[in-house]
Amino acid sequence: MPDLSLATEDWQAIALTARLAAVTLLILFAIGLPLAWWLARTHSRLGSLVSALVAVPLVLPPTVLGFYLLVLLGPQGPVGRLTESLGIGLLPFTFPGLVVASTLFSLPFVVQPLQASFAAVSERMLEVAATLRAGPLDTFWHVVLPLSRPGLLSAAVLGFAHTLGEFGVVLMIGGNIPGRTQVLSIAIYNRVEAFEYAHAHLLAGCLLVFSFIALLALQFINRAVSTTPAMLRGGA
Amino acid sequence: MRRFLCCLAALLMISSVRADDVLVAVAANFTAPMKEIAASFEQATGHRARLAFGSTGKLYAQIRNGAPFSVLLAADADTPEMLERLGLAVPDSRRTYAIGRLALWSPDPARVDLSGRILADPDLERLALANPKLAPYGRAAEQTLKALGLWETLKPRLVLAESISQSFQFVASGNVPAGFVALSQIMRDGRLLSGSAWHVPAYMHAPLTQDLVLLRPGADSAAAAALVKFMGSPQARRVIDDYGYRVPP
Repeated sequence: MPDLSLATEDWQAIALTARLAAVTLLILFAIGLPLAWWLARTHSRLGSLVSALVAVPLVLPPTVLGFYLLVLLGPQGPVGRLTESLGIGLLPFTFPGLVVASTLFSLPFVVQPLQASFAAVSERMLEVAATLRAGPLDTFWHVVLPLSRPGLLSAAVLGFAHTLGEFGVVLMIGGNIPGRTQVLSIAIYNRVEAFEYAHAHLLAGCLLVFSFIALLALQFINRAVSTTPAMLRGGA
Repeated sequence: MRRFLCCLAALLMISSVRADDVLVAVAANFTAPMKEIAASFEQATGHRARLAFGSTGKLYAQIRNGAPFSVLLAADADTPEMLERLGLAVPDSRRTYAIGRLALWSPDPARVDLSGRILADPDLERLALANPKLAPYGRAAEQTLKALGLWETLKPRLVLAESISQSFQFVASGNVPAGFVALSQIMRDGRLLSGSAWHVPAYMHAPLTQDLVLLRPGADSAAAAALVKFMGSPQARRVIDDYGYRVPP
């Protein structure tokens, strides 16, 4: 019977993964909220272009994205030269590098649900708020966001869970360094390569159960929200 | 907002590396033996080896793009040589640490005979091997089949894996009845773990030489030098041999 307790290395990987997903989610929302709002309201052609760009990680193989990020952020890449000249240093193989990669990779999972729910907020609601002398920011915080609760929740859960499960990009850009860039999915890969299947099953099981619970919770919450009257959600 | 930024900064800064740590990039096929060797290295020298695993090709791309690895244990001899030519490795630090051995394996104890005659069996509906274009073990498998004059016959029945690990998984999971794997994947302490296997004779393919090289970030590190030296120690050589590799003379 193999020893099935989690090793320091596993705990490190779990903590690192949780930290990565949390930081990434914060940044995703900081970028995603204004971006999704603009995409939901704009009629310009630029909007379609940006929408398509945001969706690219959905169809691009993770290793491809990881490889290009590695080259772009590396010492010979334009972004790498920029970060070095700014005194930040090089991003690949560091935690901030993982955050940058995960943010790009999970962006569509946050922007798309936000955009859909922002688009569903009726123009009339915004006009009513404006006649009540609410400024644009005020309207956004007190009218749009509360009306978009299901979208916000979906975006948060999908963004977080997707970062947890990411493998190809973080392996390429992070370099599988224990305690620094070795996240849970990579720890599982290492266990498989080391023939420690019982351990790999244990870690993979944790990830599976956690992801499933998160998605299940999302279903329940969405159902609870959708029973509130449609008018309050701004549906036409 | 300021609190948020402070939290973010704190989260980003946590990381620690000990002064006498050595960061080693290890070819995925050498994962299990290297974990054992790293443990005895720490006991013997007090230095700690932190291991980062990946395919040799991926590690090469990472080293070219500034990865902080001090030592590379590659799955071939070409990659360390290329890194040296690019000026990314310390000159004259290359050394062979293990020589891989190819095996034809099936989890079924009665399927593979000791001389590989199963390869000529028309009932062998599928055969797994690593992609010869991507993996040294795949190239060796191709050379073996060509040496046996069976390459053209078997070609339509081949299942190509992206690495020797995947080839092993195809066979171990029962999806393919037999396949070429690394002996290190199916042997422990000099014994076959399960199933049946044919040890492919070394003369049938080009040698699967695995070289290590000291990389530039490790040029002045005592711990990195100690690790390179330790790879040739009797302790390390015994582990390498136990896992089914040949040790260099």
